Amino acid sequence: MALSRQDVAKVGLLARLALSGDDLDRMTGELSKIVGFVSQLEELDTADVVPLAHPLDTQNVFRDDEPAASLTTAEALQSAPRHDGACFLVPAVLGESGAA
Amino acid sequence: MQPLELSAVDLVAAIRQGDVSAVRVAEAFLDRITSVDGAIHAFLHVDREAAIARAADIDARRKAGKPLGALAGLPVAVKDALCTADQPTTCASRMLAGFRPPYDAEVVARLRRADAVLVGKTNMDEFAMGGSNENSAFGPVHNPWDLARAPGGSSGGSAACVAADMAPVAIGSDTGGSIRQPAGLCGITGLKPTYGRVSRRGLVAFASSLDQIGPMTRSAADAALVMEAIAGHDPGDSTSLRAEVPPYASLLEQPLTGLRIGRVAEHFGPGLDPEVAHGVEEAFAAFKAAGATIHDVELPHAKYGIATYYLVAPCEASSNLARYDGAHYGHRAEPGKGHRAEPGKGHRAEPGKGHPADGVMTFESPLVEMYCRSRAEGFGPEVKRRIMLGTYALSSGYYDAYYAKALRVRRLIRQDYLDAFRGVDLIGGPVSPTPAFPLGEKTSDPLAMYLVDMYTVGTNLAGIGGISFPCGFTKGGLPIGFQLQGPALSEPLLLRAADRYQRLTDWHRRRPKLPA
Repeated sequence: MALSRQDVAKVGLLARLALSGDDLDRMTGELSKIVGFVSQLEELDTADVVPLAHPLDTQNVFRDDEPAASLTTAEALQSAPRHDGACFLVPAVLGESGAA
Repeated sequence: MQPLELSAVDLVAAIRQGDVSAVRVAEAFLDRITSVDGAIHAFLHVDREAAIARAADIDARRKAGKPLGALAGLPVAVKDALCTADQPTTCASRMLAGFRPPYDAEVVARLRRADAVLVGKTNMDEFAMGGSNENSAFGPVHNPWDLARAPGGSSGGSAACVAADMAPVAIGSDTGGSIRQPAGLCGITGLKPTYGRVSRRGLVAFASSLDQIGPMTRSAADAALVMEAIAGHDPGDSTSLRAEVPPYASLLEQPLTGLRIGRVAEHFGPGLDPEVAHGVEEAFAAFKAAGATIHDVELPHAKYGIATYYLVAPCEASSNLARYDGAHYGHRAEPGKGHRAEPGKGHRAEPGKGHPADGVMTFESPLVEMYCRSRAEGFGPEVKRRIMLGTYALSSGYYDAYYAKALRVRRLIRQDYLDAFRGVDLIGGPVSPTPAFPLGEKTSDPLAMYLVDMYTVGTNLAGIGGISFPCGFTKGGLPIGFQLQGPALSEPLLLRAADRYQRLTDWHRRRPKLPA
């Protein structure tokens, strides 16, 4: 299964990874090879097999709803690249202008 | 008394009895780190002062007759994938360089409550993705048995530091073999517990349905001691099992007679190094001599393990690693470097100005550009590859063909184990197809690197337990590992079988010769 350079660029945007032209060239080859390898699963007939997303059979695990301490604002912000003491600061979500 | 030569069990007893002080023990291991880690690079961070202060506190409490934890004074190294509030936690990634977690991982908290002395954070493949430790953003680890060879991965620093006597115990994590494979390649004992046996809270997530924390030690008896401290239900991890923690150490005393060990013929097929095959067969013979019986078992879908794993794990990773967005913590790309937005044309990168997007990608907003550039700068090549692979396999039009297909095969793989364990108690075999390979040998071929996990990924896909321990050495002096896999919650049996083997052999006592 070969991926095209455009496929890889599209996946890069979905994955929020900026890729250079060299990255795209290299990854197009590497991912095609890996996808070709994993495609061997096609030879198995699994029409009647229920997908197994998780190895444990446990479901709907709840803990008691008891109040407990959570992170303070300062702790939550301590490793933030930019913040104003109360909020995380990020570049403009819409449009072209504004930076943090 | 030379602390470096004592087992963890003996160290804890000696400190408790006052035969040696916790400070003296901590200093011995810290001095060893100073003298040999320059050549090995097992540690990313060593906190000498804090470790000695902690040890001094334990000594003071012992002298005052106050109660001490089960691991009092035991030096422990922790893989840099576990959060530590007082030490950096980087996952060997530039993305998390300098990151200080706001809390301790549950396992770290339990180690502290047991009065272990945390000596530092160990090197690893970036975000635990790799089988050689060469994917660390801070440089590879060197195998103590041959410094030109890889220690395995991803817990390569944890394996190497125990093998080189820099810590008697290290903590690793295993998503597809990342405890057992480096333990095998470095000649130590590594236990991958049943999924959910040990809390994952505060373990930086790679593939959440596969990740499990476990001990890396010089012996199964030491692993049993550590498991008693770290295993058990944690309300903070909804996938942690509500099962009683057995007294692993005292259960070691039960005899091995009647144990049925399965042997999978396909494990000895093409690709297995002849010296590894020989060492593994000798281990089967030793178990037989110890009273076990060996039976042929089949795992018909095991050959699909790597393909299944390299869909399930990257899919989960692509989702888990979405959290590294340059906004909340971790690396953020500086704005505007070599780049200007073109008004009215979308946020498009200019070609030829050193911008990573090289004119190929268009960003819909400054925020999205910040995400994309921060992640491009912060993640290394293998992490990007897996994020891309997982994103592709989960994307519209491919989800059923790849991710859902892999989950169906995952059930077949788990069912194979359930069927096999109706006839045998444990399954034995090699840990890795070869002994430690030269650094650089597989770095240009990602798929070749993936195949080093061929004997270990099934354990994780099935959610069961596995242990690896040394069963011989090659003519060139490299350790050979033996793996036992057991049903869910079979840790007492896995540890007991490995311990019994280690009472009859001395492979696990061998130490590499290092220039001190």
